[in-house]
Amino acid sequence: MRRYLFWVVLTLALAALPVWAQATGNTFYIELVRRMMIFAIGAISLNLILGYGGLVSFGHAAFLGTGGYAVGVLAFYGIFDGWLQWGTAIFGSALVALFIGAVSIRTSGIYFIMITLAFSQMLYYLGISIEEYGGDDGIRLKARSQFPLVDLTDAVQFYYVVLALMLACALIVHRIVHSRFGMVLRAAKSNEARTRAIGFSPYAYRLAAFVIAGAMGGLAGALLVNQTNYLTPEFMNWTRSGELMFMVILGGMGTSAGPVVGAFALLILEDVLAGMTEYFLVILGPLLVLSVIFFRRGLAGIFSRHD
Amino acid sequence: MHKALKFAFAGAVAATLAFALPPSAEAQQQKIRIGFITTLSGPQGIIGRHMRDSVELALDHLNRRVGGLETEIIYGDDQFKPDVGVQVAEQMLRRDNVDFMAGIIWSNVMMAVVPVVTGAGKIMVGTNAGASPLAGSQCHPLYFSTSWNNDQTPEALGQFLTDSKVDELYILAPNYQAGKDMVAGVKRTYKGKIVEELYTKMGQLDYQAEITALRARNPKAVFVFYPGGMGVQFVRQYHQAGLRDRIPLYSVFTVDETTIPALKDAAIGQYEARFWSPDIDVPASKKFVADFRKKYGYTPSLYGAQSYDGIMLIDSALRATKGNVKDTKALVMAMRKANFDSIRGPFKYNVNHHPIQHFYLLRAEKGPAAPEGIEMRIVKRVLENHRDAYYQDCKMPW
Amino acid sequence: MSAALVFEQMLNGVQLGVMLFLLAAGLTLVLGIMNIVNLAHGSLYMIGAYFAITVGQWSGSFLLGVLAGLAGTLLVGMVVELVVLRALYDRDHLDQVLATFGLILFFNELVAILWGRFALFASLPTYLQGHVEFAGIIYPLFRLVIILVGLAVAVLLWYVVTRTRLGMLIRAGASNRTMVSALGINIRMLYTVVFGFGAALAGLAGLMAGQIYTVQPGMGEMILIQAFVVIVIGGIGSIRGALVGALIVGVVDTLARAFLKPLLTLALTPGAADTASPAIASMLIYLLMALVLALRPAGLFPARGG
Repeated sequence: MRRYLFWVVLTLALAALPVWAQATGNTFYIELVRRMMIFAIGAISLNLILGYGGLVSFGHAAFLGTGGYAVGVLAFYGIFDGWLQWGTAIFGSALVALFIGAVSIRTSGIYFIMITLAFSQMLYYLGISIEEYGGDDGIRLKARSQFPLVDLTDAVQFYYVVLALMLACALIVHRIVHSRFGMVLRAAKSNEARTRAIGFSPYAYRLAAFVIAGAMGGLAGALLVNQTNYLTPEFMNWTRSGELMFMVILGGMGTSAGPVVGAFALLILEDVLAGMTEYFLVILGPLLVLSVIFFRRGLAGIFSRHD
Repeated sequence: MHKALKFAFAGAVAATLAFALPPSAEAQQQKIRIGFITTLSGPQGIIGRHMRDSVELALDHLNRRVGGLETEIIYGDDQFKPDVGVQVAEQMLRRDNVDFMAGIIWSNVMMAVVPVVTGAGKIMVGTNAGASPLAGSQCHPLYFSTSWNNDQTPEALGQFLTDSKVDELYILAPNYQAGKDMVAGVKRTYKGKIVEELYTKMGQLDYQAEITALRARNPKAVFVFYPGGMGVQFVRQYHQAGLRDRIPLYSVFTVDETTIPALKDAAIGQYEARFWSPDIDVPASKKFVADFRKKYGYTPSLYGAQSYDGIMLIDSALRATKGNVKDTKALVMAMRKANFDSIRGPFKYNVNHHPIQHFYLLRAEKGPAAPEGIEMRIVKRVLENHRDAYYQDCKMPW
Repeated sequence: MSAALVFEQMLNGVQLGVMLFLLAAGLTLVLGIMNIVNLAHGSLYMIGAYFAITVGQWSGSFLLGVLAGLAGTLLVGMVVELVVLRALYDRDHLDQVLATFGLILFFNELVAILWGRFALFASLPTYLQGHVEFAGIIYPLFRLVIILVGLAVAVLLWYVVTRTRLGMLIRAGASNRTMVSALGINIRMLYTVVFGFGAALAGLAGLMAGQIYTVQPGMGEMILIQAFVVIVIGGIGSIRGALVGALIVGVVDTLARAFLKPLLTLALTPGAADTASPAIASMLIYLLMALVLALRPAGLFPARGG
């Protein structure tokens, strides 16, 4: 019951925020929280493979970047249809994830960490090199994705779209994890040899999870370029992957609430500390170290028991 | 066509008026807020520090009152990321209710932030990034630059090389957009033969392979664009390879006041093109450089000079409107006059709100007066009243 | 394309490789023996450069600066091991990656506070400046010194690990930690020493790199990822693998930068070669690593017990 309480409170609070923000003239918070929710989607997708699958992917930003490029490049050619843009983002990232996963999942441990990092670096340098789409400068989107009935240029409507998608992603991951498929995935994490012994080959399950996470990361990327109206290879920088990992572990990996809590906590922390001093990283760095050492179960441990 | 654009301009102004918050408008009248976005944290923070120190000096010179009004400056750190830049801008516009926005080092951050600021009906004064679209097709009535367009500085250098009959040039730049802009700029005015045009990895550390290839080719002159740390590496390795005295090295945004402290003697004799130099014979600049060195103990850079001018530009506009920050149209009209003592001397604004200005060839020399012991000095004026290559694409009514 | 040019470019590649080896050696030692992924290895490299330059300028002696760089990173490394890494031995790689990522942020910013964000000036003593002429090429003396120091370190490491009691303990500790401590060896102490030693290697790389690269906050990250590529190609925990991996990466990267464009110009239009060659050159070492791992998932020289 306590587990659901978190989601009920979160949904109500997030749903009420635009109403409050508009009533009090603090419309800025609509943008801020929307950005947090987008990163939360990225963290939710990473949590599927990191928290439940035990795959320490250090290149998750590559999928956000791929999704972003799908939307940005289509917009560059004057195609603004939202279904097509977001569909391409999701499908394209899934395809990239399939390729990266197929090669990477053969390895394990530190090799896996490094090969996923290497692939995201490749995509990053590729993005920088394509002059057509602005190279390192990136390109400005002429308009946001266009859907029937919903207008993303309206801050509040876009906000509710992101909120709905975030909840949907959390739900999808929750359902996956508690399905038969998810059981195998989690079993392979806790004991690979035993999983093999009872007749499951973890490779296919891990690859499938990797592709799903990649697709979801692509969606987050599509949302992110709509949020900033701007496409840049910077979305694929390796420090972005590190930040996503931090969101997951700070919130509590392998919990459904964790990535959302972690994304919000990290971005708020960054914002508050950056407002205090330009040297905020000297505070943030040790905080991250401490949270890893002493806060194993993350912030979500406060809200829910380990599941 | 013209009519439609005038209409658009009126629309932008009307949007401003609609956006202004009615309840607190009176209370704010006495005070103006300026949001200044730059990169303060991380390895790139050095340029941000130059800019912020210069803004603070400009405020000192104005007795902390821009346009005679009580002034609050809010600094924002974009962390060298476009999306963070957008977020900081949103925050300043909606939470802090800034009246003006200024700053920004990087083209990609600028391209992302400008529509946010102009969309909110506020004036953006860019004090470094010179992205070409903003000088051309994407120019905007509410966007002003106190710096330059990316292509202009290399154009000046190319012109100098053509004038001095350097008939062979070897080009090196990092493989990203600004690198390609700089090369495009130099090619526009350089009429000699380009023997090689080589792009290197962004953030590359070791240039020994490129230097070896270059020496084997033995060109008459070399042009590079390596900003920041890449420049320190390249120039130093070029020096260590013993090429400094054999093949002259010409550069833009490579050897400047942010990198000279790390280069020291390796910088001496280096040629750079620029619109401004600390030794330029302009009273406003002399005062700026002298007071800056006194206050901070180091020599200001062009990044600082442009930022100083940005504040002075805002000051001049506010004085013209007698402190009325709400009349955006009058502010824009006043800014177009550029009626202030610029550190580069008097200049005019082009139709795209970019300065029409002179460009010089500079050389790094021993300078006992500079805290660093080395300073950039003007060798000659290369381009007079130079306009960027994009202004004809800018359809903005005046 | 003369033979001398190809030879000089090979030499450049070896020199870059040796530089990477110095950084990778400490990394692979710590990873192979202590099973710790230390992203902050690049920070120790940075600290080595800062210490060496600061003390060198203060004392006027380059050698004193070198000693300070080595001793300083040894000390900082041991402190980091005692304060942070001790808590991470029993954790998975994920926790280690994240905690040491936090350390990177901390050290970069601390250096920025103490020394400022300005790039520091580093000066070589006159006896290390200048050039050497041999085999028809002119080569900077200091770069030759780097190659020699790197090779000396490789030999020294091989000797320590395979021929000394310390090396025996290290190898024993890597394959069975519990057994070694049961035999009465203070394994914690041993780890602290090994980590300090790895840190000093990073410091050595940093203080030499400081003479040719930029010394500024964050200087470690550019080269750190490349060092990881090296140890992954070479096989984690293997000094021999680190040396071979570093030389491969150094030579491949250098030759691609030097000769890829002329080669591509033969096959493509000049414009396409202009665009394609830097893109491929910058991705090549990652492609190489993906290829090696696809064929040999544990690198070229998989270490026993690692």
